[in-house]
Amino acid sequence: MEKIAFEVHDMTVAYQRRPVLWDIDLSIPEGKLVGIVGPNGAGKTTLIKAALGLVTLASGKVEIYGKSYEEQRHLIGYVPQRESVDWDFPVTVRDVVLMGTYGRLGWFRRPGKAEREIADRCLQQVGMAGYAKRQIRQLSGGQQQRVFLARALAEDAQLYFLDEPFAGVDAATEAAIVELLHALRSSGKTVLVVHHDLQTVSDYFDYVILLNMRLVACGPVETTFTTENLQKTYGGRLTILDEAAEAIRRQKPLP
Amino acid sequence: MMPLAIGFAEPDPGTWIVLTGSTVNVACALLGSYLILRKMSLMGDALSHAVLPGLVVAFVLSGSMGIVPMFIGAVVVGLLTTFLTQTLHQYARVPSDASMGIVFTAMFALGVILVKRYAGGLHFDIGCVYEGALEYVPFAERVWGLPRPLLSSLVVMVVNILVIVLLWKELKLSSFDAELATTMGFSATAMHYLLMTLVSVTTVASFEAVGSILVVAMLIVPASTAFLLTDRLGVMVVLSAVLGILAAVLGYAAGVYWDTSISGMMTVAAGGLFTIAVLFAPQYGVISKVAHNFRMSLQVMREDLLAMLYRLEELGSTNLLTAHEAQTAVGGTLLARIAASQLERRGQIGERDSHLLLTDKGRDAARQLVRSHRLWEAYLVKHLGLPLDHVHDPAHRVEHYIDEDIQKRIAAELETSTQDPHGREIPD
Amino acid sequence: MISLSLSDKVMIGTALLGGMAGVVGSFAVLRGRALVGDMLAHAALPGVCLAFLITGQRNLLNLSAGALVTGLLAIGAVTVITRWTRTKEDAAIGIVLSTFFGAGVVLLSIVQKPTTSGNKAGLNSYLFGEPGGMLNSDLVVLAVVAVVVLAAVILFFKEFELTCFDTDFARSQGWPTLWLDLAMLAMLATVTIVGLPIVGVILMAAMIIMPAATARFWTNRLPVLLLVSGLVGAAAGLIGTQVGRGYPAGAAIVLTAASLFLVSLLFAPQRGIVSKLLSEYRLRRRVAEEHLLRALFELGEAELPAVPAINLSTLRDYRHWWSLERLLERARDEQLIEWDKNQVQLTPLGLRRAAQITKAHRLWELYLVRHADIAPDHVDRDADDVEHLLPESLVAKLEQELAAEGRLPTVLAEMPISPHEIHSEQGGTTL
Repeated sequence: MEKIAFEVHDMTVAYQRRPVLWDIDLSIPEGKLVGIVGPNGAGKTTLIKAALGLVTLASGKVEIYGKSYEEQRHLIGYVPQRESVDWDFPVTVRDVVLMGTYGRLGWFRRPGKAEREIADRCLQQVGMAGYAKRQIRQLSGGQQQRVFLARALAEDAQLYFLDEPFAGVDAATEAAIVELLHALRSSGKTVLVVHHDLQTVSDYFDYVILLNMRLVACGPVETTFTTENLQKTYGGRLTILDEAAEAIRRQKPLP
Repeated sequence: MMPLAIGFAEPDPGTWIVLTGSTVNVACALLGSYLILRKMSLMGDALSHAVLPGLVVAFVLSGSMGIVPMFIGAVVVGLLTTFLTQTLHQYARVPSDASMGIVFTAMFALGVILVKRYAGGLHFDIGCVYEGALEYVPFAERVWGLPRPLLSSLVVMVVNILVIVLLWKELKLSSFDAELATTMGFSATAMHYLLMTLVSVTTVASFEAVGSILVVAMLIVPASTAFLLTDRLGVMVVLSAVLGILAAVLGYAAGVYWDTSISGMMTVAAGGLFTIAVLFAPQYGVISKVAHNFRMSLQVMREDLLAMLYRLEELGSTNLLTAHEAQTAVGGTLLARIAASQLERRGQIGERDSHLLLTDKGRDAARQLVRSHRLWEAYLVKHLGLPLDHVHDPAHRVEHYIDEDIQKRIAAELETSTQDPHGREIPD
Repeated sequence: MISLSLSDKVMIGTALLGGMAGVVGSFAVLRGRALVGDMLAHAALPGVCLAFLITGQRNLLNLSAGALVTGLLAIGAVTVITRWTRTKEDAAIGIVLSTFFGAGVVLLSIVQKPTTSGNKAGLNSYLFGEPGGMLNSDLVVLAVVAVVVLAAVILFFKEFELTCFDTDFARSQGWPTLWLDLAMLAMLATVTIVGLPIVGVILMAAMIIMPAATARFWTNRLPVLLLVSGLVGAAAGLIGTQVGRGYPAGAAIVLTAASLFLVSLLFAPQRGIVSKLLSEYRLRRRVAEEHLLRALFELGEAELPAVPAINLSTLRDYRHWWSLERLLERARDEQLIEWDKNQVQLTPLGLRRAAQITKAHRLWELYLVRHADIAPDHVDRDADDVEHLLPESLVAKLEQELAAEGRLPTVLAEMPISPHEIHSEQGGTTL
């Protein structure tokens, strides 16, 4: 039986009491490339942040290879949205990639030669070896995205969460990322990707999570990525969920 | 010239001080609403320091503390500061807060040096810039029968009122949505510079009387206080002016009582008013939020108790609960005890042989809640596709917030069903 | 203890302060907390006065402890106000700053009443800064704080860097970002407070911000930034106290820091204004030259492989020129053209460059018309060749399309290899 890499049980996530994800229940087997698909405001990023322990859950739990997130942190790699950082920050490309090794290094230890080699190798994997010494501001959007990917690779994880890696990147970078995702899969990693372009879902992924405030469907692309499910996902929000969320925000006591 | 104060007896010194403090505070507070809504609160701090070199240069060039040269100096330097702050941010990519910090501190340092160099020994004391000399207002030179600091702050207050009244909708729009305002022909940039000019001028007029510290406070604190009390801009602007006057009066009284710096006390009074609003504001205050939390927690607890009794009744259970058992079942906290006694007082539950029973009134209320619970369960099954054994807990969390309106809509969507997914009846 | 003259003490003290303010300020500025230092400085005043009222002594350690207490209270107040009410952070900072400072002014006037015994002049230095009153013990406090701060920054460099750059990512790796953040804040508070009696309340903000902002112009790496920022701060302290003798020390130090900032703003390589203007000027010049070469190539294209001389008036009418003569002179100096009064002719070298430029231009045009739906990767903003901007396969396809229309500049194959090197570090297509 295949191992379950990522599992969510009855999870509800709320921002300032207002629920944005309702009662999510899903599990992802190891070694899959998973697209997380849904309209704007459907809670895709929230799902990832909840999985990483970056937002608190109103209910339910998340498991990574059967254990809590805190215990399995070392198995996780994360690529946040590109806009989430200040690209004017005084670090070079290689400095950023090195950050991927910090979790493993722990307190006080500095990245040394071994880490720099890892960083360079990861940069090579994303085709950015020639840019190691550049300040990150001087890169194009696609290149910045590749640097973030290299940083996640340097985390040497089993399970990767990528938040919109294809947003605003050029065709060449998109192709490079897809190639990299396939390489990751063939080495047994599991990758969850927030994705916007419905056209390419079937080409890029073998598993899909359809999300719109609640889980619409989760499963292999062939059986799950159907017109019917897509209509459910994109056919407008469930207004009752919206109203209930608003009622809860107005009334519910803070924990 | 006709003394303005003609016909009045010369008021006592305290009145002059309070009047001056009030006009300064009102002049500042009026602008404050716009500053905080535009998220430029600290621009007041920056400008009130940055105008110093402008004052010194004006003083040296004109050889007097005349109000017109001072205004000119302040406006020039105020605009320069605004411009430099923006330019550093936009073209040299210095973060906006840092660029403000650089410009105003550099200007102030320049001012301090200029004072030492050209105005040393003259009547220009940096200490005054901080604390002002509110205590000396009654003895200041009279112009038209009014102490000069009062007159200058009065002029500025009137100018501020006029600008706000005349450009009400433009200021409102550009504070709310700068881009929309620009596309409609009210240049947001022009509004920005106008506001900064007013702030500079107000700062200067107030300096002599109250010092920069009170100016900074009055530009932000009353307006922030008002913001906690109202949702309407008009009310906010008026209210902040009233709060400014209140701070002046209270600050004066406290300052005299403890024989200490009056402008300092006015600042503290404004801060005190803000603290009161933080705690007690009806809608946005901390205490009202805590109280709301408590009320809601109680309501949830009451409803849980009612629903539990209803379900027992529905099951036809003969094994009735004692009050203690029921309270333990919902958590056994103090909250549970209060909730139970509230229900009893409201006549929703009664006791027979020391066992809890629903009254008719209580049953009606419980039915509403169970209806909401089961409707939500049915909704979760139908629209979220949740399996049966996963719907109880979510419904239990949500049931308290599903009002009648939402219940109706769910019922309409579910069309036929009068049963919940577990096959139990959904009560009407 | 070695006896130091007052001016030595002042020099060492201000340099120490400037150095650590520069280091700590770098983190504050990068974290978007530039003005928190300003708030802390103002909020320290009531603490200083209270400490004085309670202990009756005026030494740095006592007063700083008081300042630290009110400083932390101020941070707590800002947190509470922003978390629990709808007041925005900048307003909360302003409110806390002015209220605390108002309370400080009140307390100060109580301290300075003639009835209060003790040294009343001492506390005024907290307002405007007066390093002249520095005691040996003050110097020791400064040195200890500097060592502690430096050690903390060295020990936790990697953790601070990560937290500042990408907090979410740091949390996903399990770092306690909240505590790391608080540690940075605590360092900021400590440095601000020990610096107050030297530069004064208002200008302390400058010591936090200016060195960091200045250093940012000179480097793209955080360790270097910290170093440069510390040096700039120390230099501002040293030079300020030396040059500004007879003036208020705080103001002199800050103006020195401001001058260093100004110099960097103007003359720093890459980020400085002069260098930006210069590179813009170079870019314009290059574009103008390319326009000239392409115009000459296109005017004579029909007669290729012969390279005709073009009439100056024809050239002038071909497009709009800014100072054509200067352009021609420069092109002649670079041996790209022959220019004889009214006749202009491309040299072999010029022809080769012109053909390259024209090809690039046409490829780009074609690309924009036919393939612009594929977003180009603006790989290298300095790259002048379209071949380097687009994927190789696409360039090959575009070349075929151009050739099919007979618009691909063909002279290139027959041209001798350029005597000077053509930028081809990225491999690109072969010419």
